[in-house]
Amino acid sequence: MKKVLIPLVLFIGLVIFLAVGLKRDPREIPSPLVGKPAPHFSLFTLEPGDTKFSPIEMQGQVWMLNVWATWCVACREEHPVLVAFSDKNQVPIVGLSYKEIQPQDPAYKSPFDEKLKLARERSQVWLKRHGNPYMTTVMDLDGRVGINYGVYGVPETYVIDKTGVIRYKYVGAVTPALLADKILPLIAELNKS
Amino acid sequence: MRRLILNAALTVTLVLFASVSTGREALPMAEDPKLEARLETLSHELRCMVCQNESLASSRAELADDLRIEVRELIRSGKSDQEVKDFLVARYGDFVLYRPEVKPLTWVLWFGPFLLFIVAAIFLGVYLRQRRALALPTALSDAERERAQQLLKG
Repeated sequence: MKKVLIPLVLFIGLVIFLAVGLKRDPREIPSPLVGKPAPHFSLFTLEPGDTKFSPIEMQGQVWMLNVWATWCVACREEHPVLVAFSDKNQVPIVGLSYKEIQPQDPAYKSPFDEKLKLARERSQVWLKRHGNPYMTTVMDLDGRVGINYGVYGVPETYVIDKTGVIRYKYVGAVTPALLADKILPLIAELNKS
Repeated sequence: MRRLILNAALTVTLVLFASVSTGREALPMAEDPKLEARLETLSHELRCMVCQNESLASSRAELADDLRIEVRELIRSGKSDQEVKDFLVARYGDFVLYRPEVKPLTWVLWFGPFLLFIVAAIFLGVYLRQRRALALPTALSDAERERAQQLLKG
């Protein structure tokens, strides 16, 4: 009896280990930025002109930063969720347009002003078609701000508290369940303090 | 003789042209060979976050390109290898390093295999000792010896 039991227990243990390993999302990597101040940036906004936006402007309120791009397929899936969420006006969402003009794009090598203009046009059209959940969108054309925020896949979403500290980061498309179970309770808690 | 000189001249020109053309093609790399060498060694130790089983050096993902540019600029601005690594770890976490630092959080990763080995060795030792105890020849009792003699005579 003992002879059968030991390998069996070992085998079941191994199966559990592998099953858990299979279920885990390899993209879910703990971000070292959680608990740290949101990196500073100053970027042109979506609206034509020279207006720039910086996270300092959000001091004193809880807000969300959502990284997106018109070429991003998962963003299309996520977008209606964000639009519905923003309709409830619970928290301001700032969009970060990440590398709108991709390297394979013929316009990639054109001067900055032209790229900015094109990226703005494309994003405007996209937001008009799919709805605009963003308080404002900033244009991160070369992805340098993205690197400072540790972006490695679009979409990504950050929750930032009143003092400008990142409290939560999610890689991938936000779902209604995630908003209801994780993000909203967190925002409520952060708003209290 | 004239032909020989002409030949020599032609050869020299060809060689010169060849070296010039290769020199030009390799320009972006050769701009600062030391910097590129450091980028090369560093990017072998850094993981591409998009295709997680590739190093930054071997990855063709776009983010890897961006990070290589970033690392190149950090090196150019006089940052040490450690500072470059710290820069990336601060943004992407320990996961970006192929050889994570030894610290409480990574102890299991570093020492786990050795621990498993020691546990296995202890088990093996205990098992072997038990087996040896089983295999030890025990002396025959008088009755057994007699019966054996009888059987042999039989």
